[in-house]
Amino acid sequence: MVGRKKRKGNKTVVNVVLGIICFIWLLPTLGLFISSFRPAADILQTGWWKVFPHQEWKAGETVQLSKDVDLREPIEVNGTTYTDDQLKAGVTEGDKRLVWENRRARTINMQERGWEVKPDFTLDNYKNVLSGKEYKLKLGDGSETVQKGTGLSQAFWNTLTIAVPATIIPVLIASFAAYAFAWLRFPGRKTLFVIIIAMLVIPIQVALIPILKDYTALGLNGSYLGIWLAHTAFGLPLVTYFMYNFISQLPKDLFESAFIDGASHFTIFSRLILPLSVPALASIAIFQFLWVWNDYLVSLIFIGNQPNVQVMSMKIADLVGSRGNDWHLLTSAAFISMLMPLTIFFLLQKYFVKGLMGGSVKG
Amino acid sequence: MSTQAKPRISMKAVLLSLLVLLANIAVHGLIFLFFRDSTLNPLLTAVFAVLWGVVGIYQIYYSFNWAVEQYPEHVRRKVLPYVFVGPATLVLGWLLILPALRTLYLSFFNASSDKFVGLANYAAIFTDRLLATALRNNLLWVFVGTLACVSLGLLIAILADRSSYERIAKSIIFMPMAISFVAAGVIWKFVYYYQPGDEQIGILNAIVTFFGGEPQAWTSMLQPWNNFFLIIILIWMQTGFAMVIFSAAIKGVPEDILEAARVDGAGEVKIFFGIMIPYISTTILTVTTTIIVFTLKIFDVVMVMTGGQYDTEVVATQFYRQFFMYRNFGYGSTLAIVLLIAVLPVIIINLRQFRKQGGF
Repeated sequence: MVGRKKRKGNKTVVNVVLGIICFIWLLPTLGLFISSFRPAADILQTGWWKVFPHQEWKAGETVQLSKDVDLREPIEVNGTTYTDDQLKAGVTEGDKRLVWENRRARTINMQERGWEVKPDFTLDNYKNVLSGKEYKLKLGDGSETVQKGTGLSQAFWNTLTIAVPATIIPVLIASFAAYAFAWLRFPGRKTLFVIIIAMLVIPIQVALIPILKDYTALGLNGSYLGIWLAHTAFGLPLVTYFMYNFISQLPKDLFESAFIDGASHFTIFSRLILPLSVPALASIAIFQFLWVWNDYLVSLIFIGNQPNVQVMSMKIADLVGSRGNDWHLLTSAAFISMLMPLTIFFLLQKYFVKGLMGGSVKG
Repeated sequence: MSTQAKPRISMKAVLLSLLVLLANIAVHGLIFLFFRDSTLNPLLTAVFAVLWGVVGIYQIYYSFNWAVEQYPEHVRRKVLPYVFVGPATLVLGWLLILPALRTLYLSFFNASSDKFVGLANYAAIFTDRLLATALRNNLLWVFVGTLACVSLGLLIAILADRSSYERIAKSIIFMPMAISFVAAGVIWKFVYYYQPGDEQIGILNAIVTFFGGEPQAWTSMLQPWNNFFLIIILIWMQTGFAMVIFSAAIKGVPEDILEAARVDGAGEVKIFFGIMIPYISTTILTVTTTIIVFTLKIFDVVMVMTGGQYDTEVVATQFYRQFFMYRNFGYGSTLAIVLLIAVLPVIIINLRQFRKQGGF
């Protein structure tokens, strides 16, 4: 009994420690999420945590000093003297704070501390980042500028057009190959398989240059086919390895009875193996899809400057480079690019996790 | 049955399979040209392209299988496996194996790949100050990043296992895995954001100023510590991966062994180091290898956060710069080969592990 009680006491500690870790883990994403809904001027002026209730100095009474006060001399306000620098930064006096309201007009504001929430939320950031149209932006000091949108919606469709086939093609090719490696006997089987497994750890940088040359010669650069093929090649080792692990574990009698019934290998594969492998196919497909969706390097090299095939990661990286302080665009763009992966993650978490484990721990 | 004379291969079958091959090339070639020159609206292009990619690949297998079925049994049995593994082999051969060899070849040539220079590129690389920085940073990434991901992952897996909200906690830690490096870069740029003065909109500087510290430009000013601030992003993203796998492994530790140890009076810490760690050691090795390989190739984080400036260059970003900005093909290729050499031991360990598991 004593032992059990002790472990229960530990449990509170465990819960608290884990809670703190989870909070830290969530904090960066939370900041991005909240910021993406704030008006552009607000993001640049105050931290995103200011949307929660917090104490802040608020404008109060105005004190008018005589117009000919010399700013180089100590300045007297209500019986106490301050320097100009102090009043520039603001001095706390009891529960009040004194700060220049208008230095030239010699007015001082007596700020009071009070609770404040910044409840302004807007969808404008999303609108502006998705469309390619020009829009007006109100800045913190009240002035307005005209900026051009990012046109992220086109990039969204491009990413999807690349990601769906770049998921299905390698998964199908790998499944066919895995079936042959597992259940057909042919010369060169072992060698071929070991080579494919060895490819698992090859850094893709090694392959980029020659592929780029071939693509340029064939006119595949910046084309959907080119990028599908590249993603297929880079994903194939892992997917084959994973599908092999699954397909080779299927019971042997299954094939034999089908074979006796006169089914060809192709029929067995498409009518028997594929339906039976749905859990494995789903998990590795999710993994490959996320990999392609999130990819930056491969697109950067094989799409290059082709504007109408650009994917979201490239657009966002461009934004970071060229307009790194436009947080209203950056935060909403990043969040749009995360929408799809996060949806998939939360809906299909079980499969996603399985896909990860199949690739890295087996036996 | 098998003792019968082998039937002859009919001329018709040969012609038919040739036709299938040519038809495939023609159809997909035409579709490719259509997409390259089309000016359809993007949504329609997307729909057609997806249809082509998905239906096309199945149709290729289907038609080749059909062609093979025109042959007598003994030929079919020999050819069919190659129809199944053929596309995989072709794609890998063309886009991974051959390129690796060609890159190796290019690395012995000069910048414009027209003059053989022997090992000059390799010599240049190891005397280059920039590469020294890149190598040092890569080591830092591999060492600090892997160590932190593995140990944090293990710690969180164990904590989650004993907590009362395991599922939610694991989801939260794991979530960054689904986020792209580019988006993660934006998230963390915002965390590290610096502007002079007291009012900070980046949370790290806000915390620092709240406690009376001076705000810092974390990723650009603080050298060489800025590398650690980039590595934190990797840790944030990859710990979830390690955690999920460790969590599964820990659940595989038989409960009766743990109970027996507890009855014998072993503390939780002793159980952890004495029983759990040895029990899941293979898993630890695999996870460590995976993360090492991953960090060796790190590119996106550095590219998005600093572009390799402020002494944060790694080998992969160096490679990108040399090849695509300075057009120095020989040097770029050499860098890629250096990366390959760096992961070679890992390939060997993996293959050995695979053989031990009875893979083949």
